[in-house]
Amino acid sequence: MTAIMEQSEKPVHASETRLLFGEGVRFLKAHREVTIVLLMLVAMALVGVFAPLLAGDPMAINPAMRYRPPSAEHWLGTDKLGRDVYARLIYGTRNSMTVGFAVAGITTVIGVAIGVYAGFFSIGGAIVMRLNDAMMSIPAVLLAIALASLMEQGLAAVIVAITVPEIPRMVRVVRALVLGIRRQPYLAAAVSIGTRGLPLVFRHVLPNMLGPVLVQATYACASAVITSAVLAFLGVGVSPDIPSWGGMMAAAKSMFRLHPELMLYPGLALSLLVLLVNILGDRLSDAVDPRKARRGIL
Amino acid sequence: MPAYILGRLAAAIPTLLLVSVFIFLLVHLAPGDPALLIAGDNASPAQVDQIRERLHLDQSLPAQFVIWFSNAIQLDLGASVYSGKPVTVLIAQRIEPTFMLAAYTMVLTVLVAIPLGTIAAWRANGLVDRTIMAFSVAGFSVPVFVTSYLLVYLFAVKLRWFPVQGYKPLSDGIGATLVSLTLPSIALMLVFAALIARVTRAAVLEVLQENFVRTLKAKGMSTGRILVLHVLKTAGVPIVTVIGIGFAALIGGVVVTESVFNIPGIGRLTVDAIVRRDYPVVQGIILFFSVTLILINLMVDLSYALFDPRVRG
Repeated sequence: MTAIMEQSEKPVHASETRLLFGEGVRFLKAHREVTIVLLMLVAMALVGVFAPLLAGDPMAINPAMRYRPPSAEHWLGTDKLGRDVYARLIYGTRNSMTVGFAVAGITTVIGVAIGVYAGFFSIGGAIVMRLNDAMMSIPAVLLAIALASLMEQGLAAVIVAITVPEIPRMVRVVRALVLGIRRQPYLAAAVSIGTRGLPLVFRHVLPNMLGPVLVQATYACASAVITSAVLAFLGVGVSPDIPSWGGMMAAAKSMFRLHPELMLYPGLALSLLVLLVNILGDRLSDAVDPRKARRGIL
Repeated sequence: MPAYILGRLAAAIPTLLLVSVFIFLLVHLAPGDPALLIAGDNASPAQVDQIRERLHLDQSLPAQFVIWFSNAIQLDLGASVYSGKPVTVLIAQRIEPTFMLAAYTMVLTVLVAIPLGTIAAWRANGLVDRTIMAFSVAGFSVPVFVTSYLLVYLFAVKLRWFPVQGYKPLSDGIGATLVSLTLPSIALMLVFAALIARVTRAAVLEVLQENFVRTLKAKGMSTGRILVLHVLKTAGVPIVTVIGIGFAALIGGVVVTESVFNIPGIGRLTVDAIVRRDYPVVQGIILFFSVTLILINLMVDLSYALFDPRVRG
């Protein structure tokens, strides 16, 4: 009885997803800047999807046209191999968005599965968390670099290499959430009427941790975009011919003093994308945990 | 207190063991035969077999792990495939620039982040707070190599205050070393400080709600004294914790920064080893950094005793 007397968070039930959607719309109405950030992210995603319609061939080499200034033909000029900088920037958007979304998605699915397991089974959970701690002791960027260099070159290898070090962070967040939810009276109520196993997880546990998991997923996305740029910048994992922002910066390195703008364009694009994703994550996190907005006494 | 220290030490050992297993498997499950790679294209099958035997590659995976691990705890991490030098020697040769870069960054970070985070919390939701927090979000959104090149362009190419790249060893005098490391340290600091300033703000804000703060205020203690002597000390645990967590990011940042600024440290060694597929070196460096990270987090755990008398028990 005492469990029910305790103050409980308002539970969310899986059949109330429409309600959740309404909550989302209300959140957007109250936070205009989040709408703007979301629209900008959608715009960047569309640029990635429709890259072939927006720009010419990003791989076309033209030795006669090296380091040309911006012109009607090449809006942002050309690079050291005479390739169109604008086209490479546009196709680089596609590359970064793909890695960001793929890593966030895969990390969430695997991380939630492992985290829920670790939250419900005490012995198995303890073993999982030991492995998790060990994984987190290996610096993430270093692990990603090593994994990417061990696999065959390609986008898939980059996505896997970045996802592996990202999963333990999600597992840790999800397990903590599950342990919290397990103490809630609504879970005790669900168990007492005979709900158990996967239905319990899908109907009562997952819907109630949606917010914090989304926040963690946005952080995974931001960190994936940065790490993939680091890999490309160091020349690990993908061929330098494939247009990516990190790769563009690596190519601009040798002539940096004469052509700093070749470094600036991809650097700005990269920073903008990560900034947008981080702002989204921060606002979501404030919305999920309103205590953070409290005022101090002094 | 001794029980606490022993407990923490004991907890670090299984982590260390698991990390070694991960790092061992990482390289040994990779596709391709290391013996063929080391022998080169012109080697005879007999030579390849000889190398396989020398590196114990003909034995089972668990047996190889036992050999590798017992060598590793005796500080023998094998030899570089490329230069033939022992991995420990290679790391030792490159440790100075990396250590100096990390230490310099750490000092700058603490000097910048903790005051800013405290001020932001004190002036919570005001203009100062919003400005500091906006910079903080920007700080960890802009990747370290982007800030690096911005700083180089501004302070090295245009203003010529600092060198564009390179490292002056300590044997040239600490002044020269610090000048050569200023731009890379600031670039790294911006990312690191963003994280620590945010956590400092959150932790200080939490403590500011406490009744004892109101009491101190009521008995007429100045705001500065309250913040520095009482609030920051109480907020110490989460701040030190995040410095430990941030160290993992700092190690990743060091690898990138050393490449940008052409600093001959362990980060550059990593990138070179990966380009050359020099697996013993890669393995050794990851183990070295992971052990460093575990030791730092151990120190963080021990420092709790300093901030929180309850830990001392």
